[in-house]
Amino acid sequence: MDRHDDQTPAGDGREHTSWRLARAAMAQTHADPSLSGLAAGLQRVCRAATSSLGLLGAVVHLITGEREALVASSDEASRRLGELPFEVGEGPCLEAFALARPILVPDLMLMGPPRWPGYLSAVDGHGLRASYSFPLLVGAVRLGVLDLYGASPRSLTPTEVSLALVFARVAIETLLDGSDGSSVALLDDPQVGVMHGRLEIYQAQGMVKVDLGVDLAEALALMRAHAFGRDVTLLDVARLILDGERLLGPEGG
Amino acid sequence: MISTSRLSDLFVEVADTLVDDFDLIDFLHHVATSAAEITSSTAVGLMLDDQEGNLRFMAASSEDARLLELFQLQNAEGPCLDAHRTGEEVADIVIEESVERWPVFAPRAAELGLHSAHCFPLRLRDQVIGAMNTFRADARAMSQEERRVARALADLATIGLMQERALRRAEELTEQLQFALNSRIVIEQAKGVVARTLDVGVDQAFGMLRAYARQHRLRLTDVARDVVEDRGALQALVDSAT
Repeated sequence: MDRHDDQTPAGDGREHTSWRLARAAMAQTHADPSLSGLAAGLQRVCRAATSSLGLLGAVVHLITGEREALVASSDEASRRLGELPFEVGEGPCLEAFALARPILVPDLMLMGPPRWPGYLSAVDGHGLRASYSFPLLVGAVRLGVLDLYGASPRSLTPTEVSLALVFARVAIETLLDGSDGSSVALLDDPQVGVMHGRLEIYQAQGMVKVDLGVDLAEALALMRAHAFGRDVTLLDVARLILDGERLLGPEGG
Repeated sequence: MISTSRLSDLFVEVADTLVDDFDLIDFLHHVATSAAEITSSTAVGLMLDDQEGNLRFMAASSEDARLLELFQLQNAEGPCLDAHRTGEEVADIVIEESVERWPVFAPRAAELGLHSAHCFPLRLRDQVIGAMNTFRADARAMSQEERRVARALADLATIGLMQERALRRAEELTEQLQFALNSRIVIEQAKGVVARTLDVGVDQAFGMLRAYARQHRLRLTDVARDVVEDRGALQALVDSAT
């Protein structure tokens, strides 16, 4: 597709298929012209996920403490669907957030004893049949949930699960940077997909939290800004911190 | 020859941690430590498929940073990756003879004084969900008996990962794997917090978190979460360490 395709890590024969598919879907997607910044970036994620996974729609919930905000949706109907669990106080996305694990329901009508009776009656008539909720997490940092809605009952294939996880990751990075989707550049670099698994980044994140007295999410955002500003990788920054270096605080000192 | 009494002790110990309220990371650490002892390995590590195309580190018998690096770089190449891809054991690898096959992995392993490697896939029915990696300081081949026990421990790791879930639904594998991978990140964040607060190494910080969890009969992941979320656990841990 483009020159990045042959830049997979040395020795890695596996193609990061889902990263390629996600990149292609994002490139073909636009946000509403009325939106800008974070809202635009996340709407692109919702729309790219919807089109590439053949869904009814998608939303991103931002959840901090007691406050919940639906910050993006692929379309108006999905926005409405996304609001329902918070009106009735239950549903797969709330459970995914609380339990810190994906909640994948291939057929909402086929759950033994209904897990969320109030939610099911609320969504009745909205054409929702399958629900796939992916919590947006970086370890102990819980940002929100990417909710994917399906019109027909089916399980996601392994490739689709992989793709959904990549979209969740793009949503996380967009939220961390508060960006308009330019961080989607991360999809251009296959190393980024590899890097989020590196333990050093999270160890360093804990260290920056202590060094600067910031919260964990802010610690990671500062590390990312530092990497971006010096044109080095996040792993490089993490290694410097592990070696004892201290980042400058949010106020530059 | 593995002593039968030691073997039964080990399995009882591992099975004992597999109770209702068990902590997954601590359990996998225990499996790795037992596998290292029983196969006379210098280090044993467990890696999981993150379902995004990467193999990610989950637990090891030693949290030594250089060993963790060796496990992690097998996301790109190495016996662990091959075991995961093929679903077959990668047996009796002599590190010095593997430089052409794995130009990054082999020299790095040799630098750490490791001479042989043996990898077991973690299998769940027809799927391979990860791999268990054993390293030894000598080039001796693994005996049939050692291999059998190591395989049983690899299976035990898979059982622990899936917990009580019978996997009636394909979705349960994704739910459980993603939860496990994120739990490991929480542990790393807590290691960083403890290491900086007490000016100790990250491997030592892991030992302290684990000791504190044991001592207070808490789950390792819960302690880690409390430490990073400032719920007084960090101060308690500092107090108990000094």
